[in-house]
Amino acid sequence: MSGYNFAYLDEQTKRMLRRALLKALAIPGYQVPFASREMPMPYGWGTGGVQVTAACLTPQDRLKVIDQGADDTTNAVSIRRFFERTAGVATTTSTAEATVIQTRHRIPEQPLQEGQILVYQVPIPEPLRFLEPRETETRRMHELEDYGLMHVKLYEDIARHGEIATAYAYPVKVGGRYVMDPSPIPKFDNPKLNGNPAIQLFGAGRECRIYALPPYTEVVPLDFEDHPFRPGRADHSCALCGAQESYLDELITDDRGTRLYCCSDTDFCASRQAPSATEA
Amino acid sequence: MYVAVKGGERAIDAAHAWLAEERRGDPAVPDLSPAQIREQMSLAVNRVMAEGSLYDPDLAALALKQARGDLVEAVFLLRAYRTTLPRFGTSRPVDTAQMAVTRRISATFKDLPGGQILGPTFDYTHRLLDFALAAEGLAPPPPAPVAEPSSDPLPHVTALLGLDGLIEEEPASDTPAPDLTRSPLQLPASRALRLQALARADEGFLLSLAYSTQRGYGRTHAFVGELRIGTVAVEADLPELGFAIEIGEIELTECESVNQFKGSKTEPAQFTRGYGLVPGQSERKAISMSLVDRALRWQELGEDFTGAPAQDEEFVLSHCDNVQATGFLEHIKLPHYVDFQAELELIRRLRAAAGSGAEPQE
Repeated sequence: MSGYNFAYLDEQTKRMLRRALLKALAIPGYQVPFASREMPMPYGWGTGGVQVTAACLTPQDRLKVIDQGADDTTNAVSIRRFFERTAGVATTTSTAEATVIQTRHRIPEQPLQEGQILVYQVPIPEPLRFLEPRETETRRMHELEDYGLMHVKLYEDIARHGEIATAYAYPVKVGGRYVMDPSPIPKFDNPKLNGNPAIQLFGAGRECRIYALPPYTEVVPLDFEDHPFRPGRADHSCALCGAQESYLDELITDDRGTRLYCCSDTDFCASRQAPSATEA
Repeated sequence: MYVAVKGGERAIDAAHAWLAEERRGDPAVPDLSPAQIREQMSLAVNRVMAEGSLYDPDLAALALKQARGDLVEAVFLLRAYRTTLPRFGTSRPVDTAQMAVTRRISATFKDLPGGQILGPTFDYTHRLLDFALAAEGLAPPPPAPVAEPSSDPLPHVTALLGLDGLIEEEPASDTPAPDLTRSPLQLPASRALRLQALARADEGFLLSLAYSTQRGYGRTHAFVGELRIGTVAVEADLPELGFAIEIGEIELTECESVNQFKGSKTEPAQFTRGYGLVPGQSERKAISMSLVDRALRWQELGEDFTGAPAQDEEFVLSHCDNVQATGFLEHIKLPHYVDFQAELELIRRLRAAAGSGAEPQE
């Protein structure tokens, strides 16, 4: 697109972002403040992820964008088009072929490889935010590794409901140090965070924060010995590909409330339906 | 049928086409030009410039046209454009004492050097719909009477109060101003940074906060010491020349509020200041800003924190930006079915456990 730099952002801004990314990779799970820019899409729609992706992209990259696990949801289409237009990079829906994957709310089912980058869109980067609304206070809590409040919350959940009543954005501890919000992925996806060979980058545009997980970082969901973490999924198999281990969307198919379950990861589902022709 | 999320690409294209059609409205009605908006909707243009943090009436008018008159959307368009512009440098601080005023009033003194200048204000209009304006092809209004431009200086009211030490001193500072658009907000913020955030804050949000202080939530007993609107010269130092030259002029609205202060053991009683400065003609916002600025200064002035929202720096600064607020608010209409699905599973499990009296099982 004429009039704009490669991948929209000017090189100075990308440099600022890359510095923040390097710092984030050096201190896994720590939220690095960065000078987030106004992007041509609204805050809350992935501006953090878009800035991180823009800072990572090279002309040789192949980009995949998913929202809710799907390549064809409207906002995923919009962000993919944005980079097609501003960076001219190749795009793909195939998890295996992508070098950079920007995601909202899911980690692809297919295991990632070394050399791949997974960029998460993050709405509220602070895992302690809903326990303590003040940024000044939560930063102090991270500094002092003062996570008692979080454990009390999880304990109260168990006392009240019999289990930890957090189904997504389930808090994790990174490298034995920082408690981190993995973005609103279902807790089903939490085990994929741990020891992942890919670089995982998290961008929160409105909140001006970047954080990261270098490859093979230890990421442990918070739990208790007598109430261990358990990832959850609908107890069904995919109606389209028959998968029994994937995360499922639940669709209501008629006015009597009949349900249909199918994979939320469209690439995973399509590749299982037609193993010889994965690329759409 | 599994069709729910397919066809996103076609849907987006069709939605954009429909939006363009709706924006234009009835083609039998003449198209509105940005120049018409700039000239005849100038207060909307001013608000978009102020909250968009970009002083360009033509672009603001274009943004308003493109946004179908949605002010926050127009602000967003302008901000998204602004962020792509290169930085040449920083201007010298503008001198509002040298402002060529179109309006200057003080609510604290009946008369003062330079006098009260009412200017083009709605203040004393009777709010009766003027049906004559609905007529097409109206002749322009007869010219307003013109006074001789005065060369009298227009000192700030607060400067006059300062002569007698009746108002707190405002020591000059050469500290470079922080830039909210180039570095993330760090708390606690300096007053300069707070004022910068308030200057681009949503007018409605500031209005409500300021109003809340008047009703007792962080009361500061404010008077409008002075409100002035007019144009000021913008000067920039050019390294090649070694001196500053005027690069243009901008219209500003400035409000200095004068507030009560009882004094303390170490300081005699004196008035305190609240400050508001907004691009364009925007006096509601300038007054609101000065009240909120004053309320936020409780700590520095040794006052009590009463828990009022307008006193709470983190609350005010984190929520005053309407581009941020509207984006995050409206993002909840994006798909959330993965998270909702996770909640569905959880709530079903909890309900099943409650029914059986057992601990929930995966």
